[in-house]
Amino acid sequence: MKEKVLMKGNEAFGETAIRCGCRFYFGYPITPQNELTEYMSANLKKAGGEFIQAESELAAVNMAYGAACSGGRVLISSSSPGIALMQEGLSFMCSVQVPLVVINVSRGGPGVGSIQPGQADYYQATRGGGNGDYHLIVYAPSSIQEASDTIVKAYDVAEKYRNPVMVLADGMLGQMMEPVSLPEMKEALAEEDIPKVKPWALVGHKDQRPHNVIKSLYLQTEQLEETINGYWGKYETAKKELPEYEAYNLDGAEVVMVAYGSTSRIVLEAIDLLAESGIKAGLIRPITLWPFPYNAFDKIGSSTKAVVSVELSKGQMLDDILIGSNGRWPAAVVSRTGGVLIYPQEVADRVKELLEGGKLNGKSV
Amino acid sequence: MSTHKIIIAGFGGQGVLLIGQLMAYAAMMEGKEVTWMPSYGPEMRGGTANCTVIVSEKKIASPLVTQATAVAAMNGPSLEKFKDLIVPGGDLFINTSIITGDHGKEGVNTHNVDCMGLAAELENTKVANMVMLGAIYQVTSVVSEDSLRAAMEKTFSGGKAKLVDINMKALYAWKG
Repeated sequence: MKEKVLMKGNEAFGETAIRCGCRFYFGYPITPQNELTEYMSANLKKAGGEFIQAESELAAVNMAYGAACSGGRVLISSSSPGIALMQEGLSFMCSVQVPLVVINVSRGGPGVGSIQPGQADYYQATRGGGNGDYHLIVYAPSSIQEASDTIVKAYDVAEKYRNPVMVLADGMLGQMMEPVSLPEMKEALAEEDIPKVKPWALVGHKDQRPHNVIKSLYLQTEQLEETINGYWGKYETAKKELPEYEAYNLDGAEVVMVAYGSTSRIVLEAIDLLAESGIKAGLIRPITLWPFPYNAFDKIGSSTKAVVSVELSKGQMLDDILIGSNGRWPAAVVSRTGGVLIYPQEVADRVKELLEGGKLNGKSV
Repeated sequence: MSTHKIIIAGFGGQGVLLIGQLMAYAAMMEGKEVTWMPSYGPEMRGGTANCTVIVSEKKIASPLVTQATAVAAMNGPSLEKFKDLIVPGGDLFINTSIITGDHGKEGVNTHNVDCMGLAAELENTKVANMVMLGAIYQVTSVVSEDSLRAAMEKTFSGGKAKLVDINMKALYAWKG
């Protein structure tokens, strides 16, 4: 086994990106992701990269847009309100099909909100926080090791699909330390090799080929529609290729909880507590939030009476659970929000109350 | 080995996060599963700071703890905040340099640790937090002495390497 190091999530995210050949980072400080920006400021230059602390999140995302257009591997990161400010750039990058990895170490919202962990950016991440017809591909790891592995995958998926990929962490994953084995160092693509791998990149044509043009403004509406239809197929492919989930204890489960990211770990412990009171509970943990693993719900057996979304938001993921359930089970939400954490005992108590209180009598609450 | 769930809490600046970090490092070096979860935010600027360390042979689910096997309270507010989370038979470590009075709790093993006084005897009050780490280590055996030393060597590297010996010595300043 490769040697493990003990790292804060935020630092492991940055180190992994560098090892993926990321050589461009643009950011602006915000809690609880500051250690990531700090890590890149200290270490990216040593790897031959460029770190810029921009004057704002909007500037940072547009610097990333430029670096991505020229074929570099880019990382940007922020936390909820900062990610909100970056939405314009994300929409632009989706429209022109350039790859990017963006990490959201999310906190309580809306507005400036709180600095404690939150998951209320679910809609922003999965429903498009910017304008227009586009999707971000969104991963939600639940441990620092998984986050590191996910960032490696995110760069490949972003380049394969020519689309920004978001890694949705939260303050808990960003701040905690766990042992992690990091990937091997990968060199960045040499400038002369970029056109071979990324023929669309703007690296200078040297009069050897026609100009590459990257633009998102189309005054001819038919041209815009044609452009969107031209890339929309990849989203349909993504829905087939990318959905990932982990299922736990579904066999014979009376209730199935659905939770992502660090919350899913709290649910795992709640499952043990429910077992102590004679209630068999299972977990579906979506690993991709877009495309959402709706197929996971086909694994739920006839013993299950209800599906419960456990999230640090007011029932945002519940929408996808209702789509996935498609009326087969009543669905409910157990949530804390605003940066308030939920503990295993509270999850167990509230799920028990839902089951015993008859509140889920054939309908969703 | 059962799972250790240890909360270390105090003022910002008392070194509570370092106590947890060294414990987490040492546990990792023993090949154990470990999580270290700090409080962060305004409390780091003068209020209370705390971290939760879980050490287990098994994969760790929740990094959050409502049932602690041990709590180390470096100041009064931390004692009040966390002492009720200790499971029956668990351990409560009290920094008696700051916390006065009798705070024993039924069903819980209370250990009084005069962190500042014992550190002063070593002529280095900066190792007060290591005195507490030593008490936790001696009582709970959460990690071994060898791995604590290795964790310190990793943490205090370069110009700080000379600090390993005094910190190791501090681990044994408290004698239960």
